[in-house]
Amino acid sequence: MKQKANMAREETAQQELLIEPNRPVLHYWRDVWRYRELFWFLVWRDILVRYKQTVIGVAWSVIRPLVTMIVFTVIFGVLAKLPSDGVPYPLLVFAAMLPWNFCANALSESSGSLIGNSNLLTKVYFPRIIIPVSSIIVSLIDFAISLLIIAGVMLWYGYLPDWRIITLPLFLLLAFIPVAGAGLWFAALNVKYRDFRYIVPFLLQLGLYVSPVGFASSIVPEKWRLLYSLNPMVAVIDGFRWALLNGSVKLYWPGMAISTALSVVLLSTGLWFFRKAERILADVI
Amino acid sequence: MSTVITVENIGKKYTISHQNREECSSLREAITSSVVSLSKKLVNPFRIILPSVSNRLLPETEDFWALKDVSFEVKQGERVGIIGRNGAGKSTLLKILSRITEPTTGSIRIKGRVASLLEVGTGFHPELTGRENIFLNGAILGMHREEIRRKFDEIVDFAEIEKFLDTPVKRYSSGMYVRLAFAVAAHLEPEILIVDEVLAVGDAQFQKKCLGKMEDVSANDGRTVLFVSHSMESVFKLCNKAILLQNGTRAFYGATESAVTNYLQQDHGGLSKKKWGAEQPGNNLVRLRELYCHDSNYNIRDVFEVSESIGISMEYEVLESGHVLIPAFKIIDGFDTNIFDVHDVTPSRKRNIKEKGIYISTVWIPNNLMAEGIINISAAIVTHKPFHVHVFEKNVLSLHINESISADSARGDFSGHFPGIIRPLLSWDLKKITPESGD
Repeated sequence: MKQKANMAREETAQQELLIEPNRPVLHYWRDVWRYRELFWFLVWRDILVRYKQTVIGVAWSVIRPLVTMIVFTVIFGVLAKLPSDGVPYPLLVFAAMLPWNFCANALSESSGSLIGNSNLLTKVYFPRIIIPVSSIIVSLIDFAISLLIIAGVMLWYGYLPDWRIITLPLFLLLAFIPVAGAGLWFAALNVKYRDFRYIVPFLLQLGLYVSPVGFASSIVPEKWRLLYSLNPMVAVIDGFRWALLNGSVKLYWPGMAISTALSVVLLSTGLWFFRKAERILADVI
Repeated sequence: MSTVITVENIGKKYTISHQNREECSSLREAITSSVVSLSKKLVNPFRIILPSVSNRLLPETEDFWALKDVSFEVKQGERVGIIGRNGAGKSTLLKILSRITEPTTGSIRIKGRVASLLEVGTGFHPELTGRENIFLNGAILGMHREEIRRKFDEIVDFAEIEKFLDTPVKRYSSGMYVRLAFAVAAHLEPEILIVDEVLAVGDAQFQKKCLGKMEDVSANDGRTVLFVSHSMESVFKLCNKAILLQNGTRAFYGATESAVTNYLQQDHGGLSKKKWGAEQPGNNLVRLRELYCHDSNYNIRDVFEVSESIGISMEYEVLESGHVLIPAFKIIDGFDTNIFDVHDVTPSRKRNIKEKGIYISTVWIPNNLMAEGIINISAAIVTHKPFHVHVFEKNVLSLHINESISADSARGDFSGHFPGIIRPLLSWDLKKITPESGD
């Protein structure tokens, strides 16, 4: 072990560091790799702090989705009597809330992450991108807890998933991409324009109703489906329902493709913008 | 020794907007300015802080070079101090060296692992325990987990916080907090250590421990240290070279003594005379009226040769008769070392009371006693029995002492750095023992 550490040190010792305006991209990604340990430490810190500061800790991650599920089921399923494609309404809602809550948490955490860590940004060097990304990873903890809850709810209804469940990680990845993209945009914009502190919660509030969280996306008229798919969350939520609820929700492939393409665009522009903004972060924050 | 840091023509430009900063950073302003310029800004965030592109909107901007054309080299194992007044560019230089911000021009080459300590306890989280913060802070400073684990006991030992290891640091006293933070930093093993002012905190004993640790680090392991400080004493103790920055440019780079002397001379304009008007310091027994330095012909001056004697006079008014009042001076050098205190204990006066009236007391510092450099003079009037300080005015006057080689001083014909806080010209004896003179 010690030998390995020594070797690592020698490796960095021979390394010559060049500091000049507009450093090449390659160096940046090599640095990201080199600072991977700090990345995990930041994740670890956020998790520790989160559960130390709250009184009932983990219970929050259980109560919140459960209550939302009940309210949505009552409003959309019982009062509005929306169709549920033959699935128990609470399951329909919960399968959508899994990715939605993850995305909403991750987006709000990551967009405020640079501001929240400004003391680090002005005092130590590391590739800044690990801050918003680590805050997204932290949101995965809540996601994992929700996954346990839905397993319980499915057992309660005697509704067991089939082979499609193995595709769930793919759809999680599909959720991660647009969230990371938007998170990078907002994190960087937030540093300069603090208005985004208000814009992000507003967008999330709106998104909860615009995305098919409380209802099945099949109630959207066929001719509007393509347009509706411009919201990347539509594909993600449909995918989760398809994977968890035995394909009772049909996948809408054109929409899937559009959403995926849009997500990739969002992520790559997010990366590009973040890299540009990163250069002057310490000067403006 | 190989060169480990090469700094070439480094410059950093900031654009200052003379408008209210708060307004500039609101989205509303950006939007109202015009959608076009907003999209431009989004496309190139650099222009967000350089509003010069949207001149129509913010005409009152100005380029400001925090650093300009700074070049220097540092060799392995050197301890280099960076000194200068506030705003001279020290922090900007450190920020560029530690990669927190990018330079606008120039380039820097650094060989080896760098750790920068621009603050004590960067990233400490108040909710986390001492143990957790050691790991977190270590990782932030660039240590590997394995490395932290290996040095954990040593760190705890150095910080003297064993008992509070599992207490959240928000419950620590500020002293414990600083000790822990520095202990982590002190156990970094970089080839190059960049330190900013962090020693300004903590108690004197711990400061000494830290300075000692840094010195060990540099001397034993051939490690290079860059150290920014306002404390000339610390720079002097720790560094063997120093860079003096002035308005963003390099004013001097070389031996610490010369750099510090340069700095002190630029910092302290000499002051040879101080006269108080309405606000004369003192109490209801005695008031200080005037203080001045002069040569033996009573010419008031602020520059003296080592070989000259210096007269320091104070004029004071005794408001109440019947007290023993002793004038006194304190002489401090540019490194804050108290060279000596002097009280007027002339036998004929030291137990005699003074009548009401205005007096002038003069003390003579003999020639060939003070070393070259800066001396600061404080004045006091005291009573010895029972001891009481009636008035004490700190560092009122400031003198430059020069030493030219032509003068007959203790330096002789030697032109290099002549150490010592005083420069007495003492008498020597010489006897020739062998071979005996053949008479």
